[in-house]
Amino acid sequence: MDWSQLLSSTFLWYALAAGLLVAVVSGPLGCFAVWRRMAYFGDTLAHSALLGVTLGFVLHIQPTLAVVASSCVLALLLVYFQRRQNLSVDTLLGILSHSMLALGIVTMSLLKINVDLLSLLLGDLLAVSSQDLALMAVAAVIIAALLWYLWPKLLAFTLHEELAAVEGVPVDKVRLALMLMLALLIAIAMKVVGVLLITALLIIPAATARRLSATPEQMAGFASLIGCVSVVVGLTMSVVWDSPAGPSIVLAASLFFLLGHVRTACA
Amino acid sequence: MPTNTHQHRIKGCDIIIRGLHSPAVLSTIAILQRQNPSLTSLESPLSSSTPLIRAHDLGLNIGGRQLLRDITLELRPAEIVTVIGPNGAGKTTLLRLLLGLTKPTSGTIERRPALRLGYMPQRLQIDSSMPMTVSRFLQLGIDDVSAAAALDRVAAKHLANARLTDLSGGEMQRVLLARAAARKPQLLVLDEPTQGVDVGGQSEVYQLIAQLRDELQCGVLLVSHDLHLVMAATDRVLCLNQHICCHGHPEQVSKDPVYLEMFGDKLALYTHHHNHHHDLSGDVVDECCDHDHAHALTPAPSRPGVRTPGKRKNSGGRD
Repeated sequence: MDWSQLLSSTFLWYALAAGLLVAVVSGPLGCFAVWRRMAYFGDTLAHSALLGVTLGFVLHIQPTLAVVASSCVLALLLVYFQRRQNLSVDTLLGILSHSMLALGIVTMSLLKINVDLLSLLLGDLLAVSSQDLALMAVAAVIIAALLWYLWPKLLAFTLHEELAAVEGVPVDKVRLALMLMLALLIAIAMKVVGVLLITALLIIPAATARRLSATPEQMAGFASLIGCVSVVVGLTMSVVWDSPAGPSIVLAASLFFLLGHVRTACA
Repeated sequence: MPTNTHQHRIKGCDIIIRGLHSPAVLSTIAILQRQNPSLTSLESPLSSSTPLIRAHDLGLNIGGRQLLRDITLELRPAEIVTVIGPNGAGKTTLLRLLLGLTKPTSGTIERRPALRLGYMPQRLQIDSSMPMTVSRFLQLGIDDVSAAAALDRVAAKHLANARLTDLSGGEMQRVLLARAAARKPQLLVLDEPTQGVDVGGQSEVYQLIAQLRDELQCGVLLVSHDLHLVMAATDRVLCLNQHICCHGHPEQVSKDPVYLEMFGDKLALYTHHHNHHHDLSGDVVDECCDHDHAHALTPAPSRPGVRTPGKRKNSGGRD
């Protein structure tokens, strides 16, 4: 393999930049997903992204924007249904998550949309374009700014919603902001790890960081760091062994989680 | 804007004198205060005697089920009010209405403008993956709070660096109380503050609450199951079962037949419809409540202050 030629190729640097951007913001967001037990919720939003892509094709909208829009709509729908329905959230999400995935795939096939389904499901990091990268950067900056601005409110909201409400935190707005941040993240993480593995990128680094941290901020920071290292390791695996990039990144993250587990068990 | 301030103050006081409690006036004062926070003097005519919260004819109907009805009450500064009632009586629901977490389907709630609330929820369920110390929790969202001082107040200084997820039930209650008190509330609302606390610690918690009332001069509204423990520290008891069955001084309420029906005997509870009440000798006496209660067949003689027929009219309370 010609490393010097490889390292001078832009696609690799684009891939690395895209992966790192997503890993940095998914660290703190993943912590909230873990603290608030939203793994299944993230899954549902991610699976619906496929439908967003279809809609984007039909309506001629940029796919990332279409996914953001469809995820936001679904997030709002979920909030609405959670309040109205007597079904447990778990069941509701289980129904929606897989119905959305099926609906996305079936509509794509019926409308004869010519996309590489595998790259949507598992990511296509090495095909990130400069335009994709720019969009991802904008989304990441928005997420980071919201996180920074809302951080104490998000923490209070996570600890006890009603206590936060009594103390003057606008809980409905904070909940909405969290949903929108997740929707944005899913839209940009789709390119990196694909809709099937987005939740892994959210949950695994945060769960690994848990053992290393004494404060929520530390946990968020470590989660970002572990995510970034996973991206670098996964991308290297992909280049060296020609393995698909998205699953390689998730595998790297899982390895770190396992290492952390073994280390704590031995200590 | 000095002239403006003057006008506001005159306008505000003028209104206060003419009609103290109308919602329009209260909201006007709230607006004036928001526009000009220096108008603290507006608070003074309101402070000592005006209720913190005044609820009129509150009702809550969810999906055709009437959870609460005809709730009229006032909460005043430096007064401890205890809500008692059987399971499903709507105690927590009433707190939620008064706190503004749920909107009533009928009736009105007036809160004193810019009312500072301290709330102690029944429990704090946090995921074990949340790394947070007690000190950090106490300071979260509150400016300039010394965690040490807040913990000292509830005699839990040693918990400052403990993880929130490692606390025992009693320790958690203390920490939650410390947080509620740290906001220097005008009204402290506590939902079953002794839940998960062992018997020895329960009276301590109530002592702490009374102590906080004395120190902060705040009103206290609490839901409790153990009236025998709260008695000493409570000024007023509300006996709730969808509506306020009886209320008044603890001694009066503990003698009230309605209370005795609900709590008079810990054993042999059953539910049936009744429109009358038996006194100790077996005579039928008039009944003020005409709805179903889970109640005991006979009040236990061992309970403090068993009712005598002549004392019955006392149950109306002191207001």
